[in-house]
Amino acid sequence: MLRFIIKRLLVTIPTILVVITITWGLIRLAPGNFYSGEKRLPPAIEKNIREKYGLDKPWYQQYGRTMWNILRHQDFGTSLNFRGQSVNVIIRRSLPVSAGVGILAYLLALLIGIPVGSIAALKQNSRWDYSSMAVTMLGISIPNFVLGPILVMIFSLSLYWLPPSRWNGFFSSNIILPVVTLSAVYMAYIARLTRAGMLEVLRSDYIRTARAKGLSEKDVVIRHALRGGLMPVVSYTGPALAFLLTGTVVIEKIFALPGLGNYFIQASLNRDEPLVIGIVAFIAITLLLMNLLVDITYAYLDPRVRY
Amino acid sequence: MTDEPVEHHPEDQPALTPLGIPREETPDPDVIAVGPEMAVAEADVRWPEGGEVIKGRSLWRDAWRRLLKNKLAVFGLVVVIVITIAAITGPWLIHKTLGFTPDYIPSNDVRLIKSFPPFTGPDGKFSWTHPMGTDNAGRDQFARVLQGGQISLFVGIISTLVSLLIGISYGAIAGYIGGRLDNLMMRIVDVLYSLPYVILVIVLLSMFRSQTPRGQLVLLFVALGSVSWLTMARIVRGQVLSLKNQEFVLAARATGVSTTRIIFRHLVPNTLGPVIVYATLTIPQVMLTEAFLSFLGFGVQAPLASWGSLAADGAQNIAIYPWQLIFPGVTMALTLFSLNFLGDGLRDALDPQMRTE
Repeated sequence: MLRFIIKRLLVTIPTILVVITITWGLIRLAPGNFYSGEKRLPPAIEKNIREKYGLDKPWYQQYGRTMWNILRHQDFGTSLNFRGQSVNVIIRRSLPVSAGVGILAYLLALLIGIPVGSIAALKQNSRWDYSSMAVTMLGISIPNFVLGPILVMIFSLSLYWLPPSRWNGFFSSNIILPVVTLSAVYMAYIARLTRAGMLEVLRSDYIRTARAKGLSEKDVVIRHALRGGLMPVVSYTGPALAFLLTGTVVIEKIFALPGLGNYFIQASLNRDEPLVIGIVAFIAITLLLMNLLVDITYAYLDPRVRY
Repeated sequence: MTDEPVEHHPEDQPALTPLGIPREETPDPDVIAVGPEMAVAEADVRWPEGGEVIKGRSLWRDAWRRLLKNKLAVFGLVVVIVITIAAITGPWLIHKTLGFTPDYIPSNDVRLIKSFPPFTGPDGKFSWTHPMGTDNAGRDQFARVLQGGQISLFVGIISTLVSLLIGISYGAIAGYIGGRLDNLMMRIVDVLYSLPYVILVIVLLSMFRSQTPRGQLVLLFVALGSVSWLTMARIVRGQVLSLKNQEFVLAARATGVSTTRIIFRHLVPNTLGPVIVYATLTIPQVMLTEAFLSFLGFGVQAPLASWGSLAADGAQNIAIYPWQLIFPGVTMALTLFSLNFLGDGLRDALDPQMRTE
């Protein structure tokens, strides 16, 4: 197990370096520069800017310096657009918003998705099964940027129940609509994954054994079937959490939340190189660590899995 | 269930689409082996005594019959066909009958440059002219949604084709050659799998932002196609692995057929079943990603419009002109819904394990 973790971490580090290099390369290969706008700058000013940001040095020196700062000091530099703010501070400030909304959305998705999927599997081919699977397919097919504004229209602009946007901390009603909007797709997927996993497990021998030895149906389902049936959901958790954490981009835009995604969009539009690299690297690290965590959980839950 | 320890491998995780959504029902390469039986398709069998002809039941005809029994899949198929035809012919038909193009702004009459509700004329009375209303510039929404459909479907299909091209070649080569090369190629896929695609695509699209809408569209094809081939490569590789030791490959090799030809003329056609299923499911995913990117302003640029960019425009006016979001949004959701059901139905139809007759 320990060997497996070390092996995985050894793959993870080069992967992160590759991601950072790709991002750096994309930004540098693209025509233009962060300071080049509609009007050309006077040559003297351009020269000063290039000197200040080290753009006058050869590319390998610039690349080396960026990488060195990131690896040695975990320092992504200072944002070009948000003057004087370091990328690390921006990430630290915006992460709780994205992470909070993402985790709450995933918990909500689990809370509703698992029971819906389990009942659908237990009553396979029933009306409940068909209707819940059709609804989940609908949930998958409605893009969240359509669902979000529609929910705002209903609950904020017509019923006046909930505020339509803005961030007001975790303990305010502002958080309800973003969380519900974000969780819809994941809810639908978890319900479908649970159903598929449960259906497979319910046919297996150990469930027949459990029934044969006279366990109540409740015990069979809760203590035996769910444990095996939830494996697909577990392996989905890692990537889903990482994406939720970061992929709230659209939600943050719709609801004007000061999260990572919103900063990332602005940074990309403004060619804010340090901020883009910082956020991309952060997302990649989160994604890879989540996946590792899931694999460890997997081994813990499924005794047949050996590394 | 076996008692042997199962080697857990990152590949066991559900395949991820660019938005981090798992494809929970990806055809399992080992389960769906639409094998070389296809080679004997369509063979009519002559009954010895009678002389009457009994139609041979090919795998494809069987699959088609099973597909027709699946109501949701048929619904999906019909809706997809209707929407595709409407998107292709609609703008032209509207131009012929009502005289305006999707980007026609009634600039000769200032009273017309505003957003009318559905089925309403400029005087506020009922009118058939704009069944989906108009947008802020007085352009007909119905024509815009149909034209946006052209772009969305086009992006979905072309990017899926790009992913097919890369995925099939990559997977087939890795699977057939095998050994070290296979190992290396699949490790690369593993690494690529763990990257935050959408984020990198956004970086690519924003940095290389094209000056022309057409250029941006091409960039979009490249970006979407280049991130959605990974699962396809794995599926094709799995198929090829299970096929490459069969007699027909041996026969081909014995008669001196070149490796390239074996891969692309003998092996690839036999992987078509799962590939078709997966391609059908890739189209809605790519369309969703395109809409997502266009919504954020990185995708299709004006004057071109896709469902995503129409929805983005509509979302800004949701408080006053809800129809600007609802019509493109619902049309898109309906299309994705239908494509997903069609894909699911195809998978069930082409999966021999489900065969009950």
